[in-house]
Amino acid sequence: MTDTPLASPSAAPQHGFDAEARPGLAEERRVLGLAVSAWPGVIAPIVIGVLALALWEAIVRIKAIPPYILPGPVLIAQTIVQDWGTLSQSLLITLRITFAALIAAVVVGVALAILFTQSKWLEKSLFPYAVILQVTPIVAIAPLIIIWVGDINLSLLICAWIVAFFPILSNTILGLNSADHNLVDLFRLYRASRWQTLRYLRLPAALPYFLGGVKISGGLALIGAVVAEFVAGTGGRASGLAYRILESGYRLQIPRMFAALVLVSASGIAIFVLTSTISHLVLRRWHESAIRREA
Amino acid sequence: MNYVSVAGRTADAARQASRPLVSLRNVSKQFATGTLAIRGASLDLAPGEFASLLGPSGCGKSTLLRIIAGLTEPSAGTVEWPSACPDASPGATGGARPDIGFVFQDPTLMPWANALRNVMLPLTLARVPKPEAESRALEMLELVGLKGFEKAYPRELSGGMKMRVSIARALVTRPRILLMDEPFAALDEITRHRLNDDLLALWWRHRLTVLFVTHSVFESVYLSQRIVVMAARPGRVMADLANDAPYPRDDLFRTSAEYAHLCRVASETLKRAIMQ
Ligand SMILES: Nc1ncnc2c1ncn2[C@@H]1O[C@H](COP(=O)(O)OP(=O)(O)OP(=O)(O)O)[C@@H](O)[C@H]1O
Ligand SMILES: [Mg+2]
Repeated sequence: MTDTPLASPSAAPQHGFDAEARPGLAEERRVLGLAVSAWPGVIAPIVIGVLALALWEAIVRIKAIPPYILPGPVLIAQTIVQDWGTLSQSLLITLRITFAALIAAVVVGVALAILFTQSKWLEKSLFPYAVILQVTPIVAIAPLIIIWVGDINLSLLICAWIVAFFPILSNTILGLNSADHNLVDLFRLYRASRWQTLRYLRLPAALPYFLGGVKISGGLALIGAVVAEFVAGTGGRASGLAYRILESGYRLQIPRMFAALVLVSASGIAIFVLTSTISHLVLRRWHESAIRREA
Repeated sequence: MNYVSVAGRTADAARQASRPLVSLRNVSKQFATGTLAIRGASLDLAPGEFASLLGPSGCGKSTLLRIIAGLTEPSAGTVEWPSACPDASPGATGGARPDIGFVFQDPTLMPWANALRNVMLPLTLARVPKPEAESRALEMLELVGLKGFEKAYPRELSGGMKMRVSIARALVTRPRILLMDEPFAALDEITRHRLNDDLLALWWRHRLTVLFVTHSVFESVYLSQRIVVMAARPGRVMADLANDAPYPRDDLFRTSAEYAHLCRVASETLKRAIMQ
């Protein structure tokens, strides 16, 4: 990629008139919908991944490692295809809990953050409990929650939510308080109501922080769901991916265990890509983090 | 307070004809930290006047501007608007007044909103119907020379253009007075000169009242009819210089003997303000 993106001739700078300096006119060439300069960033990790997998397969074959110790990637892929019926159902269950927990975390996190910034008193009295919830290891309280709640899906959801909601809460609080002080003064000058200040100033200013929180919480919700299910699974009362991993372990179906593991990782990556993409799309017009620097 | 006569008459006499727009009497400000930012400042601004507030850093220029805008309460003294309409009286929001246009040193635009939305903000907050707010904002953007940039986001605009948006936003409510806090300090000289000229044109055409904070002697002499010099520690009004050079002023004025003379007087006064 040697040709630097140039503005079209009509956008060439004219003397003394900054009207023409408007960026965003320079469009880079695209291949398969992706900017040319973005391809190396996609290809490089794929090449590394393929090489690593090939090495793994080679070692397994050359050393003749039995599949119940370490299955090769080919066998794992075959297992995913063969057991897709059961695995896909478990995947769906885990994803459902993860997303439900993430949505609940967004709703509760944002609502609490707004409440806290409206009343210092409320923040002072409630925030410490949010912290306690955050620092308590989920493995330790998951059994209790499962016993108290009874319904297995609901208790998994609660566990995943506990893990996921704190980054959204703390990031959104930070964002709501990060509005430019001069802009806050300007809103006061024009006698903006509390609601107007929230709607036109604090919420938009909080958006990048909130989306950063969602990016973290997406992964955490998955981890929360999986961990809680491990706890539940030891009691034989679950059916998500974590339970498949446990079950395969008991039955020494190691390839299947790896297959479930691969699906958990793939879900994590997919959630990260999804939340990052949403964040980028929302912020691309104005926020520094989403603006591509012209070389 | 001593008045220094520059062009043969005191600045005081020039203002006696009409009722002042705003009148500060013995305004002092002590912050909670104990800093005495302003002590006993008195100042009258006549309608239609272009006045500069000149002074060393930390002498309380911004604080004085914020007190006039109602953003900060004075610890002592009064700020009165003799000819103000009743609905503009200090309200529940700590006396902030929507009939004031305020321009900060930074453009202070909302990065998530395009130029049009930024200019519309004061009208949106005043619940002006959207079509009307939009057309008034468009008109203002055109007035500051930004026609065609309604859809541009702040990051797509140059520093000078952002400042223009900021001025358009301050003017969109048709304020009685425009308070500007070193608005062009961060701009390069060429852009600053151009914005100075455009500001003067706006002031002239729309009969604005402008209080312009600067620490540039040249800028204050070029722009204003009156230069209020402040001294620091504690901040107080030290001198009030009249500048009767006729408008329109242009680059020719910058090379005139009158300009040089005024600059010398203002700079000597400023020097004394700093020495004290
Ligand atoms: N919110 C505040 N709390 C405490 N002290 C303050 C506050 N704002 C300003 N001051 C102090 O009041 C004094 C005057 O500040 P101000 O910002 O009005 O000066 P200024 O003339 O605008 O200076 P500059 O030219 O650097 O902008 C300074 O000593 C400053 O430290
Ligand atoms: Mg200042």
